[in-house]
Amino acid sequence: MKKKTVPLMRLHKGEEAQIIAIRGGFGFQRKLRVMGIREGKKVKVLSRQPLRGPLTIQVGKCNMTIGRGMAHKILVEEI
Amino acid sequence: MSKKIVLMGNPNVGKSVVFSRLTGANVISSNYPGTTVDFSKGKMRFEGETYEVIDAPGTYSLEPSNKSEKVASDLLNDADIVINVVDSTNLERNLYLTLELLEKDIPVVIALNMWDETKHIGINIDEKKIRKLLDARVVPIVALTGEGIRELVNNIKKAKTSNIVKPTSEEGRWIEIGKIIKQVEKIEHKHHSLKDKISDITIKPLTGLPIAIGIIFSAFWIVRLIGENLITYIFEPIFENLYRPLITNFGNFLGDGFLYKFLISQEFAQIDFVESLGMLTTGLYVPIAMVLPYIIAFYFMLSLLEDTGYLPRLATLVDNIFHKLGMHGYGIIPVFLGLGCNVPGMLSTRSLETRKQRLIAATLLSIAVPCMAQTSLIFAMFSDEKIEGTLQFPPIIYILMVFTTLLIVYFVVGIILNKFVKGESPEIFLEIPSYRVPHFKTTLKKTWMRVKWFIKDALPWMFFGVLVINILYTIGVISYLAHLFKPIMTGLFGLPGETSIVLISGFLRKDLAVGTLLSFETGTFNAMQLVIVATILTMFFPCIATFAVMIKELGIKDMIKAALIMISAATIVGIVLRIILIGV
Repeated sequence: MKKKTVPLMRLHKGEEAQIIAIRGGFGFQRKLRVMGIREGKKVKVLSRQPLRGPLTIQVGKCNMTIGRGMAHKILVEEI
Repeated sequence: MSKKIVLMGNPNVGKSVVFSRLTGANVISSNYPGTTVDFSKGKMRFEGETYEVIDAPGTYSLEPSNKSEKVASDLLNDADIVINVVDSTNLERNLYLTLELLEKDIPVVIALNMWDETKHIGINIDEKKIRKLLDARVVPIVALTGEGIRELVNNIKKAKTSNIVKPTSEEGRWIEIGKIIKQVEKIEHKHHSLKDKISDITIKPLTGLPIAIGIIFSAFWIVRLIGENLITYIFEPIFENLYRPLITNFGNFLGDGFLYKFLISQEFAQIDFVESLGMLTTGLYVPIAMVLPYIIAFYFMLSLLEDTGYLPRLATLVDNIFHKLGMHGYGIIPVFLGLGCNVPGMLSTRSLETRKQRLIAATLLSIAVPCMAQTSLIFAMFSDEKIEGTLQFPPIIYILMVFTTLLIVYFVVGIILNKFVKGESPEIFLEIPSYRVPHFKTTLKKTWMRVKWFIKDALPWMFFGVLVINILYTIGVISYLAHLFKPIMTGLFGLPGETSIVLISGFLRKDLAVGTLLSFETGTFNAMQLVIVATILTMFFPCIATFAVMIKELGIKDMIKAALIMISAATIVGIVLRIILIGV
């Protein structure tokens, strides 16, 4: 069975997946990568704020809050 | 010339703590990214040599993405030696900057900070291997306790440039990091800790929002409690029982006349600490006995909140609201700092990425966020015996009127600015640090540093302000101004002409303004008028210190825009309040 690729945005709270691609400009990609959000990393959604609020995610030992627009540009694949 | 050591590292890895350890100088550090937005300099002596140590703002890479990161990468150009402070619990991510630094032609010492934490969360790092792989000095440290600092200092002289790390592409660095991590780091799986659970419930909207409201309210309640008790049991008795006899004797020694008026009181042998407007009476009493206790209480509470790591979670929770105001959740940080003093609040707007966000954050801060000096006096004003007798409702109702108005103003002006200010409002992208139990001694030290800063900053201005007001009174300028602005004050806001004096002293210091307000005769202002004055006083213009920082942060052009917004907002709100509270 082929694995499904979705934007990180689609994950529910508590779900875990693997990052396979980051879209967007070069500067944006680098900004994410230097904070640890990179291809191949596992990512878990810790919380989603209502009213188009941000997502809090865990990558490695690191937690961070990212906006929904960013979460749309991060493509993940279920594990 | 002494050699320059620059401390570089990701945000929130403890650079400022290392800096304090090396130089003995005190700088503010917190458990959230972006506490250091500017650099601090200090000196360190070691084996007869003096080094200049510079604490750079945190940055993830040498290609800056905001103003404070730019400061960091610029500092690197004059560095003789770099100490790269690394969060050992986040080695992989921190190594990116490390590699970038090693690629440069500068000697680097790597300080693996938070070494103790790695054991707690089950990370095993082979530091000797890192040393070999990078060809650089590596020292594990725990900056908070001072462990390893001596070793770090010993290694500074031995630092050299790496012979192994060569300039490469971004891609190349990540491949390199992958290889290094594989060889030096082993992670044991550990179960969820209590910290994780607390983190979870404070960031989930359903439980997080009520908790946030609870925390904010209890924080302010505690501030009030500590502040009031400090006044009643410590500061007031000192002034009344020790200082009053002293100053009375000194007054008698001086005798009635010119000096007495300036130093002690306008009226001979009548000393009222709040109203006398003497430099040695009001000039000392207002900042020390009325404002300082609240400053102490506020900064103690703020330092506690900062050190636990709660604030980034709060920023996450309020992000959606702040988006409507053209900012993102980090916009709450300037508000929190600004409630203490607007100056550090202004400086913290640097961590916002775009001009639009910074302009909105700075303008709203100066319009709608009263500093603790002003807040404490608004509280004092409505509990003043003279005024209390004229109140229809309990004092807290009037105080709430002022603060509710300011809160509404913050949102309304924010929504309007978001519509009209051009530019981008990027989304939030914020690291959420693990909770840490505050180190009590560090928290107290930080509180003390901020209090000291207040005393150094506030006292000269208060002296100066009281002096200016005194002179203006004596030569009759005050009554002239009161007369001149009477049509505006009375016509627009339904206030006595004297209000103009209050607003003018508000430019020197906001607490001085409230002091001036209290010095008027009973009956000059009624309760509703006081509500209006207190609100306009916050809004119409920042104090001179904040004003100076705003010009520096925004530039003249944006400052003029901000000033116009302030004055028009204050005028509109003043008129609206007048209509609601007093009638036409």
